[in-house]
Amino acid sequence: MTEFLQQLLNGLSLGAIYALIALGYTMVYGVLRFINFAHSDVFMVGAFIGYYAGRHLPENTLGGGLIVLVSAMLGCAVLGMTIERLAYRRLRGGPTLNVLITAIGVSLLLESSGQVFFGAEPRTFPSVFPARKFAFGGLVISSNQLVVIAVALLLVVALQFIVFRTKIGAAMRAVALNPKAAQLVGINNDVVISFTFALGSALAGAGGLLYALNYPSIDPLMGVMPGLKAFVAAVLGGIGNIPGAALGGLILGTVETFVGGSQFSTYKDAIAFGVLILILLFRPAGLLGKFTVEKV
Amino acid sequence: MIPRPHIALLAAIIAAVVVSHFSDSIDPYYLDVLIGIGINIILAVSLNLVNGHTGQFSLGHAGFMSIGAYLSGCVTFFLGPKLLGQDGGTALGQNSLFLVALLAGGLSAALAGLLIGIPSLRLKGDYLALVTLGFGEIIRVIFQNIDAVGGALGFVGLPAYTNFAWTYGAAALTVFVVGCLVKSTYGRGFIATHDDEIASEAIGLNPTRYKNVAFVVGAFFAGIAGGLYGHYKLSIDPRGFDFTRSIEIVVMVILGGMGNTLGVILAAILLTVLPEVLRPVAEYRMVIYSLLLIGLMLARPQGLFNLKIGKPVKVGN
Repeated sequence: MTEFLQQLLNGLSLGAIYALIALGYTMVYGVLRFINFAHSDVFMVGAFIGYYAGRHLPENTLGGGLIVLVSAMLGCAVLGMTIERLAYRRLRGGPTLNVLITAIGVSLLLESSGQVFFGAEPRTFPSVFPARKFAFGGLVISSNQLVVIAVALLLVVALQFIVFRTKIGAAMRAVALNPKAAQLVGINNDVVISFTFALGSALAGAGGLLYALNYPSIDPLMGVMPGLKAFVAAVLGGIGNIPGAALGGLILGTVETFVGGSQFSTYKDAIAFGVLILILLFRPAGLLGKFTVEKV
Repeated sequence: MIPRPHIALLAAIIAAVVVSHFSDSIDPYYLDVLIGIGINIILAVSLNLVNGHTGQFSLGHAGFMSIGAYLSGCVTFFLGPKLLGQDGGTALGQNSLFLVALLAGGLSAALAGLLIGIPSLRLKGDYLALVTLGFGEIIRVIFQNIDAVGGALGFVGLPAYTNFAWTYGAAALTVFVVGCLVKSTYGRGFIATHDDEIASEAIGLNPTRYKNVAFVVGAFFAGIAGGLYGHYKLSIDPRGFDFTRSIEIVVMVILGGMGNTLGVILAAILLTVLPEVLRPVAEYRMVIYSLLLIGLMLARPQGLFNLKIGKPVKVGN
């Protein structure tokens, strides 16, 4: 039983990170209808910003940790907006496939320039937050896991507030629903899409930092697998649906942790894709998504 | 009278065999690049049938390639010594074994394509891309867990059967089959599925069937390419078939201009040669490659080699 709870906790903290990345995918998909492959590398950049910021700040302090978190989020937000402005904006309205390939190109660019600037070998991530372990009976909770879950929860609530309670949030939903009509009622689509990228990338940056806290070895290719899995999480919850992405992330993280702890641990990476295939075959709109019939 | 495409195929195969005879006088490095180009042509042209002509976005081509590589590797590695004897047998024996191995690889990849295609081709666009990507990754993880074929360390010790003749013969056959299939009366269905699925359904075609056929044929040739690749590198590393490999092939198809066979061949050549040319600046190789990719997409979204003037008239949407 203790082991079950322990695995559940580990799974939830991994799932919270997947959820943060998945939110960025789902928001971008919501407004632009394409898979932003570069998102997983924005996540990687977030971890590296955290790495460099963490080295210049006092370690193991709550204040320093928060500054590192905020700088990773801000850095990634700027990066996300830059990518959108330089690479995606010109292709908007073009065939999805071209945007997809451009996204793959941006992803490759970030990975390879990461290898040039940061070096290809893995680095040890500094402990930016004070690390402590709490024991409840047989259950061991590290403070980093608590930080991950708390930050993720906070950000998801904040995002929910931005999307459903603010003017720019309403504009985002309008663009997602119908870009042309949104323009007609006076919404500046460019600003909204830029903002969406900033928001999603900031969440990915936070995700990258939190991931590096729990798995403190970072390298320029670290984003690929978590990125793919987070996208699966977004599809699982229903793409374009914000609570769905969070739910999908949690489910995927938990399932993966349980499989990783069982005798089938070598199949861990296949699980996410197995889940994806099952969900798309039996409920293509995702758990919380609405199914729409194609009209001529 | 033999139709012209058949003559061209025959000529191409003969040319491949002739060149192959002189392959000893070609610099080994260039031969290496040439064979890499041939394999990439097979992959790109076969994926073009799925992504270009039929308009289904598949990201799992490397998965089918790995099935072909492993299965044909199993035939030559496990059956080879039994059938040919320990000394390796005659050239004729080796070549017929290799033919059987390639066919086994291709057919098993085609079977996998059928099994994967039936459920997943109901999906569209990005979703189909993801499911095929997922299947590719699952295939890779499964191979990594089979110890008989080397597990995560890779399958090593395959005989060196791939040569210029086999590679370019197979490439010519791929171009021929895909070309004739698409030009045939039956093949118009692929284009119809690509142009408008609902309209093609309305005139009595079965788009799902066409998608499946394209998928299976594409997978078959990917399997052949995998077999050639395995017997050319002499070892198979399961990580070499991850989704970056699939994306490489997709990029060839897109740069070539979807559905444009000649363009796709040129793109396959360009994208195989480019990394070699950039080798002196190895550190920045991938940076330059990705910048070129983004630049091309922004400057020529219709593909680098798509020289068609004007677009087909699209009704609706």
